[in-house]
Amino acid sequence: MTTQTEEKFIGTTRKVTAHQTQNEGLSFEKSAPGKKAYRLPPLDVPEVDPSALLGEARRSHNAELPELSEIEIIRHFTRLSTWNYAIDLGMYPLGSCTMKYNPRVNEFVSRLEGIAEAHPYQPESLSQGSLGIIRLLQQCLLEITGMDAITLQPAAGAHGEFTGILLVRAYHQAKGNPRRNVIIPDSAHGTNPATAAVCGYDVVNFKSNAQGGIDVEALAQAVNEDTAALMLTNPSTIGVFENEIHRIADILHSKGALLYMDGANMNALCGKTRPGDFGVDVMHLNLHKTFSTPHGGGGPGSGPVACKKILEPYLPIPVVEQGSDGLLHLNYDRPQSVGRVRAFYGNFGMFVRALAYTLANGPDGLRQTTEDAVLNANYIRKKLEDLYELPYNTPSMHEVVFSDRRQLRNGVRTGDIAKRLIDYGFHPYTVSFPLIVPGALMIEPTESESREELDLFVDAMRQIAREVEENPQLVLDAPHSTRVSRLDETTAARKPVLRWRKP
Amino acid sequence: MAYPANYRYTREHEWIDVSGSSAAVGITDHAQDSLGDIVFVELPKVGDRVEKGKVFGSVESVKAVSDLYAPASGTVTAINEDLTTAPEKINADAHAAWIMKIELSNPSEIDSLLTAADYEAYAREEAGH
Amino acid sequence: MRYLPKSDAERAAMLREIGVSSIDDLFAIIPEEYRLTRDLAIPRQMGESEIVDHFKAAAARNANGYASFLGAGVYRHYRPVLIDTIVQRGEFLTSYTPYQAEITQGTLQAIFEFQTMICELTGMEIANASMYDGSTGAAEAAMMALRITGRDDVLVARSVHPEYREVMHTYAQHREAASGRATREIAYDPESGRIDLAALDEAVTDRTACVLVQSPNFFGVIEDIPAIAEIAHNKGALLIVSIAEAISLGIVRPPVEADIVAMEAQSYGVAPSYGGPFCGVIAAKEKYLRQMPGRLVGETKDTRGRRGFVLTLSTREQHIRREKATSNICTNQALVALMATVFMTVYGKEGIKDLALQNLAKAGYAAKTLGAQGKLLFAGSPRFNEFVLQTDEAPEQLNARLLEQKIIGGVALERWYPELGNATLWCATELTARQQIDQAAAVLAQAPATAAAR
Repeated sequence: MTTQTEEKFIGTTRKVTAHQTQNEGLSFEKSAPGKKAYRLPPLDVPEVDPSALLGEARRSHNAELPELSEIEIIRHFTRLSTWNYAIDLGMYPLGSCTMKYNPRVNEFVSRLEGIAEAHPYQPESLSQGSLGIIRLLQQCLLEITGMDAITLQPAAGAHGEFTGILLVRAYHQAKGNPRRNVIIPDSAHGTNPATAAVCGYDVVNFKSNAQGGIDVEALAQAVNEDTAALMLTNPSTIGVFENEIHRIADILHSKGALLYMDGANMNALCGKTRPGDFGVDVMHLNLHKTFSTPHGGGGPGSGPVACKKILEPYLPIPVVEQGSDGLLHLNYDRPQSVGRVRAFYGNFGMFVRALAYTLANGPDGLRQTTEDAVLNANYIRKKLEDLYELPYNTPSMHEVVFSDRRQLRNGVRTGDIAKRLIDYGFHPYTVSFPLIVPGALMIEPTESESREELDLFVDAMRQIAREVEENPQLVLDAPHSTRVSRLDETTAARKPVLRWRKP
Repeated sequence: MAYPANYRYTREHEWIDVSGSSAAVGITDHAQDSLGDIVFVELPKVGDRVEKGKVFGSVESVKAVSDLYAPASGTVTAINEDLTTAPEKINADAHAAWIMKIELSNPSEIDSLLTAADYEAYAREEAGH
Repeated sequence: MRYLPKSDAERAAMLREIGVSSIDDLFAIIPEEYRLTRDLAIPRQMGESEIVDHFKAAAARNANGYASFLGAGVYRHYRPVLIDTIVQRGEFLTSYTPYQAEITQGTLQAIFEFQTMICELTGMEIANASMYDGSTGAAEAAMMALRITGRDDVLVARSVHPEYREVMHTYAQHREAASGRATREIAYDPESGRIDLAALDEAVTDRTACVLVQSPNFFGVIEDIPAIAEIAHNKGALLIVSIAEAISLGIVRPPVEADIVAMEAQSYGVAPSYGGPFCGVIAAKEKYLRQMPGRLVGETKDTRGRRGFVLTLSTREQHIRREKATSNICTNQALVALMATVFMTVYGKEGIKDLALQNLAKAGYAAKTLGAQGKLLFAGSPRFNEFVLQTDEAPEQLNARLLEQKIIGGVALERWYPELGNATLWCATELTARQQIDQAAAVLAQAPATAAAR
């Protein structure tokens, strides 16, 4: 028998266990009966017996929500927050997402009591502030887009697309025939075909030409009396302006069809050109992209729809109008309206933020913003085009799309380069989109990046290109610096676990 | 993986194993390889009528969906329920993991399908792109 | 411009490195006739203090210092300070949709907790990461039922929020045009304020995809969910329950018989904000998972076996399935869902019940006190924190008199329910003070004789 003597503890720089900040469980797992983070004031009215009032409709068991104290809750969510990347931490070059700075004054003014506490059914006479915000934002957005009429009701970009295509449908219907299909380029966001389908249209997928744009001759062949509209993203998802845009509009109009513009990339145009001037009939804006309202981990957004006069009668109800008394009113009496697309008036809190952004910029600021966004994208393009394949050589606007063709020779794909970028302190670009570019790296720096930040990004991308040549496995195993490594998405989808259960 | 010589194939990457007037249908090894880990199989229902060249179901990986096209027309007589809980069986052995069995309504349709040798050449050409 | 991190010298240097002589060269692809050569006609650039002043002035033109009895789909509840503290952290506020799971575990884990709590509260087995709001959630739930059943008929109770019904009609337009089957509305029982069960029984057929009811309904009345479920299920139709006042779930029996729950979580710590942003969510039985719209977060492991969370089952969604997707939704209401998550965590298992009880007590007192000055409709039915009051005096006149006392009275129902006459919908929450209720009752009691004589 041997006696084991305990080795003397001499200290180590390595932590014995990771601190809670890196090992935070679910709130449910920290719960203990009796802990509380709330205290209600005493009731100033008589207590009631819920069984007597509700009878069978009374809940018999409490929902199993966690029971925690206030300090535990703030630590819980603060710890979780540190596992997120954010614009506030660094460059977030997700192409087509326009991850620009979210000004904090926007947050401040949206929380002013008279604004945050406004109830949508309070009398119009006591809502003149809210209605005034809607009205001024509408005026600004109409001037920026060059359109004639607008609704702010849609809650997000896809919801705006839905609304816009409903307007198109109502317009054709009023002429006796809603028509059958919507033409959508193969470079489009997935929301475009999904929207057309939701609105009852067949989708005609349209192949991009060798420059990644619209083949005008082929379009002329494709458009006919069954065509309700073309849904076009301009600049396109490869960041290229359709310079034959007016011919495109003419082809559609000659057959009675309309031109819908997906305004996801409006950050390339504000103050430099206006969709209303180049032939667009209806479009949506993404206030959470171009107009700086925060993405918040996936939402909320806001997707106003602007249109030409011919579509105005069909806008959702209500619309804000100025009465002869000088006061603003909500008009519900619009017999040709497509109806409501959402309860109340839209994501009003986002209107406040978007208007604050617009006021902070003014005409000169918006133009400079657009110029800087385009400048930044072209700077990245110039600094990386010798190492990464540029599938389309057409001039870039606010974003640049490379492909992983050269890196693929070493077995490294765009998704791997993206993961390695995380180790360098950046959020990845958009991976594998648009679909017309196999292995796409879609980079949109926005105007919010300084030259220093851009140079750091360029350095990281150049270094990764070298790693791909010399040590591809390093890139294939990335990220190396995050709290969790690559996650098993296959098992997540095969055996979905979508909620916590008590062990 | 070898493509069984007694099966016939489609350009949409399904195989069909005919015996008499009935047949088993699945997807090819090339198809499972290009899709990657399969996480879900949308099966038809027993009794459904399927038509040659028309969609009868789909297979999904984490980030892609592929429609399944019937190699021949007929009525569904059986579906492989195992695949609802273990879709990975297609990845493990695509040519054994049948998806549905059908009673052929027009057995002569089989003649126009690809042979194993033709399909293998076709798949190799496609993979080269 | 203060948001732009560049000097003019840096801009010039960058242009040189790109190899162009001026910024306009980068816009040369835009045809000349469409280039904007003037300033946009929008207000000039403002300083931060001017912006704050602008919105303070706007806020001052809204209602300030009024007692309010408004509900009708938007509820005023206390919002614990922790909520804003947490959602204002840049790591949550300025993060994108968590597609890159390794650097968005914070958002993903919070959504997973949200999904779990929604399941617990509603009695459903799965819940998504959010929809735009309660109205679009109801419309999407109905479309989900159409896909599940392969049928083409939708029935909706007239006691559902009128604006929710309008949104459902908008979403159904083209389907109705194609099939010739309009979304049909089922009347409410004039005595109970609940859906008319006999009328429902008659309307449900083997073409009915779903029956959609709201509970508590627009009148504040709690529907008889088990009875409605039986009628729907007998004919193979699904039951969808819409919930606009989510605090009710603290004390009201969850709609476990439903197949789908379409909920508005605004009551969980979200400001009224003139109608949005709010937080819709769809919860359902697990067997309908593949037809669920919107994002879902699932638990999994990383390469070293540690627990982590990912967006999952994305093949349902538009960015993969395109025109065959379950919905076109992309952006959702994630940050608002986080607010609701913090709210549910703060109140927790006991608090959500205690809070619901206070709402029940306040509304009970208000109904009794104000009901004495008119007629309380549907008085015999169980209700949560809203009730309908019928008065001799016209709502417009009544509310004008209340406004003079800085009270915003109930919502006039005439535009949606003319058959109810001079009816107003009142709401009391834990924030409604007894003194406000008493004061409103006193104003009601002073109804001018001319009005009473009508």
